[in-house]
Amino acid sequence: MEFLNSIFVKPFADMVGAPDFLLQVLWEGLVAGVLYALIALGFVLIYKSSRIFNFAQGIMVVFAALTLVGFHEKGVPALLAVPLTLLVMFILAVAIERAVLRPLVNQPDLILFMATIGITLFLIGFGEIIFGGENKVMITEQLYIPTGSFEFEPFGGFVSIEQKDLTAVIGAVLLVVGLLVFLNRSKMGRAIRALGDDHQAALSVGISLSTIWVLVWFIAGVIALATGIVWGARAGVSFALEVIAFKALPVLMLGGLESVLGAIVGGLAIGVLEKLFEIYWGQPLLGGNTETWFAFVLALVVLLFRPQGLFGEKIIERV
Amino acid sequence: MTTIAPLSETAAPILSVNNIEVIYDHVILVLKGVSLTVPKGGITALLGANGAGKTTTLKAISNLLHAERGEVTKGTIVFEDQEVQALSPNQLVRRGCIQVMEGRHCFGHLSIEDNLLSGAFTRRDGAAAIRADLDLVYQYFPRLKVRRASQAGYTSGGEQQMTAIGRALMSRPKMILLDEPSMGLAPQLVEEIFEIVKKLNEEQGVSFLLAEQNTNVALRYAKYGYILESGRIVLDGEAQALRENEDVKEFYLGVGGEGRKSFKDVKHYKRRKRWLA
Repeated sequence: MEFLNSIFVKPFADMVGAPDFLLQVLWEGLVAGVLYALIALGFVLIYKSSRIFNFAQGIMVVFAALTLVGFHEKGVPALLAVPLTLLVMFILAVAIERAVLRPLVNQPDLILFMATIGITLFLIGFGEIIFGGENKVMITEQLYIPTGSFEFEPFGGFVSIEQKDLTAVIGAVLLVVGLLVFLNRSKMGRAIRALGDDHQAALSVGISLSTIWVLVWFIAGVIALATGIVWGARAGVSFALEVIAFKALPVLMLGGLESVLGAIVGGLAIGVLEKLFEIYWGQPLLGGNTETWFAFVLALVVLLFRPQGLFGEKIIERV
Repeated sequence: MTTIAPLSETAAPILSVNNIEVIYDHVILVLKGVSLTVPKGGITALLGANGAGKTTTLKAISNLLHAERGEVTKGTIVFEDQEVQALSPNQLVRRGCIQVMEGRHCFGHLSIEDNLLSGAFTRRDGAAAIRADLDLVYQYFPRLKVRRASQAGYTSGGEQQMTAIGRALMSRPKMILLDEPSMGLAPQLVEEIFEIVKKLNEEQGVSFLLAEQNTNVALRYAKYGYILESGRIVLDGEAQALRENEDVKEFYLGVGGEGRKSFKDVKHYKRRKRWLA
């Protein structure tokens, strides 16, 4: 009885009892969720347009962040370092298209997946040679990201919102809105969606594979840089950052590999739910540290009932 | 039995395929020396049974073969006086030669209008010109205008075929390679589609090379025809002449010299005589 009470009653009583703390937890979850969503978006875009599961998305985050910090260390002003980093990400996209994707076109999906593992290992080695293996600090202040915090006192309690988190959320929302407008309104965006639907037909109307691939990998690079800045500001920049890419896996399972909307909703849902679970169930009942596995369990449960994920593209089949 | 005389004395060829050989996966020989020409402003039919090599011929021209690990190992393909077998589909579409694939291949999750607009990918002449051509496509296919916001995957087979042709038109082609437009469509719709092809040919000056199994319809709309069997051209001639040819009647139109025969006789006759055993 006591046990059931601690699962089904007490957590909710706690939430109602301290609404200011609940708000704080929800906010923290939302911020983490925004990052998961961003990384998942990078996966989704590449998967949609080339059916490649891009294992290298995580290392691209690290690589982008390291490049940015690296430029700054060499004395480049922070605001100039950002476009320079974008240029590097563009060159990386071109290089990947030329050296990896183009020669492997028409090979089975598994071979392309292995190739992205190759890219990952290469970027780790290459990155360490250039930037060294030690941890770095993200140049948050130099990028004019505010570091203070807003404090509220709702319900007579206390909620603190860090300004850099708020900046991250606003930035991510702008990035996602921009991306959606691009995909739905522009010629290139339309071509990306067309390629995702029917590869052969896209070729037949003259859509150039290499152009689209470079574009998509570059967009993934831009997303990686945004994620790298935000995450780096919270946790420092190191190769350990790569593991956050694994956090995108349950997001993809939950949201579906092909759905932009799924990546966003899935990311936010996982961010919030894992935080809530950790605080209200994990710490009191399981001794904490549930955030490392909660998302995967959640995704598995979803997969049992909806194998294509919550927002997986409906396969249109006419009878 | 073969007439090699040019279609008409004046029409210059827009496309000529000279003795091409196509090999898939480095081992499977599919085309064994195919030659054909399409005159500027003509409609030419490429006929033959399943697996004869019609689709492969069209894909060799549009160079979609490469994506299926096929390659042209011999012969040349000349489009508007230039050899094109080394060009990518993208470059070929830019030059005005586009394929409408068998089975329509619309972008299922895109709206009809987005499907059509995606056909304008290679164009550089600005949004206004593209808009004008979209209206033109809607004139030829009024039904598409009604359904322009629907997801293409949920539209009917006829509408999808129209979308596929309309999408090709959006690239401002000089020539369309049309693969089995009649596939899976009701006879009435087939007629409708071919009427539009004829109109496009007459009004927009688009040349057509159409691969068809429906010999009857194809020979009524085309001016010239080639018959393909096991990767070789076995017969060609003016559409009129082909329609009256006894062998074509027997093999492809289902009527023999002495009227309809029983199926048993036809089989027997076929076993006795084919062009290529």
